[in-house]
Amino acid sequence: MIAEFGLAALWLAAALAALQLLAGSLSLTRGGEGFAAIVRPAAVVQGLLALVSFFALMVLFLRTDLSVQLVAMNSHSAKPFVFKLAGTWGNHEGSMLLWVMVMGLAGSLIALIERRLPERTMLATLAGQAFVSLGFYAFLLFSSNPFERLDPAPPQGAGLNPLLQDIGLAFHPPTLYLGYVGLSVAFSFAIGALITREVGPAFARAMRPWVLGAWVFLTVGITAGSYWAYYELGWGGWWFWDPVENASLMPWLAATALLHSASVLASRNALRAWTVMLGVVAFSMSMVGTFLVRSGILTSVHAFAVDPERGTFILVLLAINIGGALTLFGLRAATVTEGKRFALVSREGALVFNNVMLSAILGIVLFGTLYPLVTEAFDTRVSVGPPYFNPVSAIFFVPMLLVLMVGPLLRWRRDNLSRLRRRLVVPGLLLLAAVAALLAIGGIGVLPFIGLALAVALAAASLLPLRGRNLRRTPIATWGMVAAHFGIAVALFGAASESAFTKETLVAARVGDVTQVGPWQVRLDAIEPVAGPNWTAMRAGLSVRYGEGAVRQLKPQARSFWSPPQQTAESALLTRWNGQLYAVLGEEGEDGRWQLRLWWKPFVTLIWIGGLLIGLGGVLAIVAHVANDVRRSVAREKIADRRMRQGR
Amino acid sequence: MASIATSRIKPKHQRLVLLVVALVVLVAAGLLAAWALRNQASYFYVPSEMQADPPEPGRAVRLGGMVEEGSLKTQADGVTIAFVVGDGDARIPVRFSGIVPSLFVEGSGVVAEGRLGPDGTFLADNLLAKHDENYVPRELQEMSEHQTERVVAAPQ
Amino acid sequence: MTGATSKGPRWALWLPLIVFAAFVVLVLFGLFRPADREVQSAMIGKPLPEFALEPAVAERPGLSSADFRGEGPRLLNVFASWCIPCRIEAPQLDALSKAGVEIHGVAIRDTREDVEDFLSQYGNPFARIGKDDLSEVQLGIGSSGVPETFVVDANGIIRYQHIGVIRAEDMDLIMAELRKAGA
Repeated sequence: MIAEFGLAALWLAAALAALQLLAGSLSLTRGGEGFAAIVRPAAVVQGLLALVSFFALMVLFLRTDLSVQLVAMNSHSAKPFVFKLAGTWGNHEGSMLLWVMVMGLAGSLIALIERRLPERTMLATLAGQAFVSLGFYAFLLFSSNPFERLDPAPPQGAGLNPLLQDIGLAFHPPTLYLGYVGLSVAFSFAIGALITREVGPAFARAMRPWVLGAWVFLTVGITAGSYWAYYELGWGGWWFWDPVENASLMPWLAATALLHSASVLASRNALRAWTVMLGVVAFSMSMVGTFLVRSGILTSVHAFAVDPERGTFILVLLAINIGGALTLFGLRAATVTEGKRFALVSREGALVFNNVMLSAILGIVLFGTLYPLVTEAFDTRVSVGPPYFNPVSAIFFVPMLLVLMVGPLLRWRRDNLSRLRRRLVVPGLLLLAAVAALLAIGGIGVLPFIGLALAVALAAASLLPLRGRNLRRTPIATWGMVAAHFGIAVALFGAASESAFTKETLVAARVGDVTQVGPWQVRLDAIEPVAGPNWTAMRAGLSVRYGEGAVRQLKPQARSFWSPPQQTAESALLTRWNGQLYAVLGEEGEDGRWQLRLWWKPFVTLIWIGGLLIGLGGVLAIVAHVANDVRRSVAREKIADRRMRQGR
Repeated sequence: MASIATSRIKPKHQRLVLLVVALVVLVAAGLLAAWALRNQASYFYVPSEMQADPPEPGRAVRLGGMVEEGSLKTQADGVTIAFVVGDGDARIPVRFSGIVPSLFVEGSGVVAEGRLGPDGTFLADNLLAKHDENYVPRELQEMSEHQTERVVAAPQ
Repeated sequence: MTGATSKGPRWALWLPLIVFAAFVVLVLFGLFRPADREVQSAMIGKPLPEFALEPAVAERPGLSSADFRGEGPRLLNVFASWCIPCRIEAPQLDALSKAGVEIHGVAIRDTREDVEDFLSQYGNPFARIGKDDLSEVQLGIGSSGVPETFVVDANGIIRYQHIGVIRAEDMDLIMAELRKAGA
C-alpha cells in the first residue's frame, strides 16, 4: 500500500510541477497574469508531495518491505538501522528521488519566503525550477521507478556490498547531491532573471544563500570524500584527479567563482551578465559531473553502478536544460544593461581576477577530464593524471592566491596599492622567512616549495582584514571570509607538506623485525588472524615509537570478505599533532615474510582541517546574510508601518 | 592620486576590456592545457603496440594486458615482483615494487602505470585494479575477446 | 538604449553555447562508440551444436546437447574455477536455481579438484556439469570468455546470450529472457 501511495504522490508532484511550469509561463505572457496566483501554491505543494513520496520510500526501507523491487535488491532485514535508512538513497532510484525531493523543497521554500525580487522574475524563476524538476520526474517515473513491485517477494533481500556499509559512504553522496540541488536553485534564479532582464543586486541577494549553501555542502562532501579515499583505498594518496573526483571538483570551482561574483553584484551592482552565466555554468557542471559518473563514459578507480542508458537520459536532460539556458543567455545577455564601473585596482577588480582564474582552472580540469574522450575519437587511448593537472592548474592557482592576499583589503570601486604597503609587511616577511627556511631544508620539489611558502604568507594575510578591528563588533560575514581564506592556506600547507616531506618505507618483514620510517621506529610484533561478521583478516600488531617517545600500537589488516568475495586492505592510522603514520599490511610472501608499507606524512591532516574551515567560513557567511536579510525586512516593515500610521 | 588616475580605464570600454582580458586568459588556459596534455598524458599501450613502437624510455605511459600464468615471481627483497604482460601477440616483462592490489592474480587483466626501462623491462609505479573484481579496464576493450581468451585460458 | 553601444562583441555571448555543444557532440560520440564494439552473438536463434561432455565432478552427471530437449527453458552457464568474476555471479545462479530454473554448467579448462573446491565454496546450482578442456563447446556456441550464460529453450534453440557476470541487477533481465524463451 505504502509503495502505491508513494508512487501516487510522485505522480501528483510531477503533475503539479507541470502546472507550475505552465501557469508560470502563461503568467509571463500578456493577458495571462491571472495564472500568477497558482504558481507559488503549486510550488509549495509540489515540494511537499515529493517529500511524502520520499518518506514513503524511506518507510519501505525501514520495514524492509521485500515486495518492492528496489528494497529487495538493496536491503536486507538483518542490516543495522542506519544502513536501512541510508539504503533509501544508496541506490540510483532512491538517490534520484532524494534529488527531486530536495529540489521540490527548495522550490517550496523560495515560493514561501522570497519576496524581494520583482514578482515577474519570481514567476519565471519558479517556472524554470519546475522545468528542471520535470525532467527529473520524467526520469524517475519512466525509467527508474523506485516503487516497482516484485512478485513474488523474495524471502531475503540481496544485501549491500559490505564495503559500502560504511557510514561515510552512506552520507557522502547525499551531501554532494544537496550541493548540486542548491546550484539548481541558483540556475533557476539565473533563468528567471534572464527572462525578465532583472539582473540586479536583489537577484544576487536572493540567489546568494543558495549558492553558499550548495558550496558548503560541496566543500564538506569533497573534503569527506578525499579523506575516505585516503584511509579506505590504502594507497596513501588523498586526491587522484580521478574523473569521479573531478566531477565533484568542477561544480565546486564554478560555485566558488559564482559566490564571489554574486557578492560583487549584491554589493556593487556590477558583473551582471557574468554572474548570470556563472549561475548557468555552476549547475551545468553538477549535471556534467553526474553524467560523467553515471554514464561510465570515463574509466574511474572508484566503483560506481554505471548504466549507459541512464547516462544517455542525463545527457538529454543536460542538453535541454543547459543548451536552452545558454541559448537564452546568448539572446538576452546583450540586453542586460551594464553594471556599475570600477577601476582595475579595487575589490571588484580582485574578485574579477579570482573569477577569471577559477574559470581557467575549471576549464583545465574539464579539458583534462574529457581529453581521453577526445583522443579516443582519434583511436588513441590516453590517461591524464597528476603530471598534467598539478602544474597546469598551479599556473593559475598561484597568481590567484597572490591576489587573494590583497583582495580582501582593497576598497570597492577604486583603491591604491601603495596604501596597503605597510599592512602587507608581515605576510611579506613571512614569505621571505618561509622561502629561506625551505631553501635551508632543501630537496623540495618546485610545486610543494611554492605551496608551502605561499601557504605561510596567505595564512598571515588572510587574517589581516581582522586587524585593527574590534573583534566583537566584526561582522559575521567578515569572520566567514577570514575563516574560508585561512582554511585555504591551511589546506594548501597540508597538501604541500604531504608531498614535500612524506617518507615511505616498503619492506618484507618477519615477526620481530624493526624498520624505520621518518622519525618512527616500527616493529612487527605479531601477525594474527581475526574474524568479523562477514570477513576474516590477518592483522599485524605493530609497535611504533616516535623518536624516543612512548611505544604505541598500530593494527593494520588484510581483510577478506566472503560475500561477495573481496579483499581489502584496512589501513591503520596514527595521528599526532604534526602528522600521521599510515600503515598498510600486504600479502604474505612465499618465504613467510609479510609486506608492510609505511608512510610518515607530516601535517597531512591539515588538508581536511583546512577543508572544514573553508566550509565553516561558508556557514558563517550564510548566517550573516540571512540575519542581514531578516533585519532588513523587519526594518522595512517598521518603516512601512510608521508610514501607515503617519498617513492616518 | 596619480596612480589612481593611471589605473582607471576609460569607462566606456570597461566591459570590452574585461571581456577581452577574460577571453585571453581562458584561451591561454586552453592552449596551455592542450600543450601540456600532448606532453603529459600517459599513453596507453598494449604489449604488441609497445613492442612494435616502443615509447621513449622514461616517458610516463600505461601498459595494459593479461598477466601470463606462471610468470609471477617475487624477488629476494620480498616486495618487488616481476611478471609478464601479454596480449597473445607480444610479451613485455614488468617489474613492480609495492603492495600488489588484491585483485591482481595471474591470468587477470592489469593496467600498469610506469615507464619503459632501457633494457625493455617495464618499470611500474602503480598497478591499477578496480574495487570490484568484475572489471575489465575500458582501455582493454580494444583487445579482442579472442586475444584475451588465448592468454587467460591457455596456461603455459 | 545607448547602453548597448559600450557592450562587448555579441558573438562572445554565444561562446558558452558553442563550447557546450562541442561537449555534447564529444560525449555522444564517446557514448555510442563503445556500443559498436560489442560482440553480437551470431548464435541467437540457432540450435545448440551437438556435443557430449564428460562429467566435470563426481556428484553431477556430464552434459550433452540432448539434455536441452523438452520442458525448457534452461540456462547454460559457462564458468571456470579460475575465473574470479564467476564467484561473483554464484549467488545469482543459486537464486535462479532455487527459483526452479534448471541450470547446466560447462567448466572450461579446469581440474576436478578445483571445480569441486569452487562448488563447495560458492555453492552448486548446476543440475549437470560438463567438462570442456579444449573450449570446443565454448567456441561452438559462440562464447569467447567466462562467465557467459545462455538461455536455451525447450527445443534446444539458443534464445539469449549474457556476456559477463550476472549481477544482482541483471536478474530481471535473465528472468524476462527465460519467460520469453518459455512461451
